[in-house]
Amino acid sequence: MSINIEGLVHAFSALGAGIAVCSGIGTGIGQGNAAGMGAQAVGRNPGCKGDIMSTMLLGQAVAETTGLYGLVVALLLMFVKPFNK
Amino acid sequence: MHNGLAIGVGRIPIRNEADFFIHELVPVKFFGSTVYITTTHVCAAIIIVTIMILAICARNSVLKHQDNPTKFSAGVEIAIETLLKFVHGSMGEAGKHYINYIGAIFIYIFLSNISGLFGLRPPTADYGTTLCLALITFVMIQYAAIRYKKWGAFTDLFQPVFFFFPMNVISEFATPLSLSLRLFGNILAGTVMMSLYYGLIPVLFRFGIPAFLHIYLDLFSGAIQAYVFTMLTMTFVFDKRNVE
Repeated sequence: MSINIEGLVHAFSALGAGIAVCSGIGTGIGQGNAAGMGAQAVGRNPGCKGDIMSTMLLGQAVAETTGLYGLVVALLLMFVKPFNK
Repeated sequence: MHNGLAIGVGRIPIRNEADFFIHELVPVKFFGSTVYITTTHVCAAIIIVTIMILAICARNSVLKHQDNPTKFSAGVEIAIETLLKFVHGSMGEAGKHYINYIGAIFIYIFLSNISGLFGLRPPTADYGTTLCLALITFVMIQYAAIRYKKWGAFTDLFQPVFFFFPMNVISEFATPLSLSLRLFGNILAGTVMMSLYYGLIPVLFRFGIPAFLHIYLDLFSGAIQAYVFTMLTMTFVFDKRNVE
């Protein structure tokens, strides 16, 4: 079985995409943490549910950014194929 | 573009029609180089025309039915009041200078994000669109800084000590980058998921089930991202005002 260089680049691009998406782990932990804390806060003080919700969503969106960087890198590797000539 | 997805599980053939790329429709000569009118332009134009028609209808309806509101004009008034409360709640009195921009950008981003429901390719799933929106916001943040702090906008870059200058500059420029990438990444992820579902799944499963995916990926995610973009814009602008 022969391996040509183009297939090798393709394979490693796919591998890199898979590794890049691992940045979602941290994002998931962070967002889950924020949601749990938000639920706690609502349980303690149901009066300011709206404020807590908006603050929580904002924090989650900021935490989501790093995961999205990984996603963008993975999509670039898979579909734009910067390393293929 | 012909980047088909090379996916197949064992010997089961999977349909290979996933299509979430930006298509080049009409070539245009522009200062000697050829640029294309793409699906993004067409969808953005459709959305802008929709917004204009909606705005004209809303204005006529509100002006005409001031004493005895119909359902439509009452709905428009409720929406505008919600928007006013939203902006004043997070910016205080300074909000009245920014309500036009915030409202316009919220409506545009929201309609762009949910345009996937109507079979368009969302314009916000193109990095060109989101980068432009974020750059407008960036200019507005810097303008607010100069307006409220005068020279302080420049001397703030040397806070707390002078050698923090490069880091402060980088953090200023990271703002539009992260704003644009957040919106782009979220909407692109939704678009990719939907097109994978529609492209790779047999026709039988294409009815009913995608409704739930649409609700989450287009409606929920799109509304959240529109909210987050405007909220962060307001937060950044207000931040510049707060510090003396």
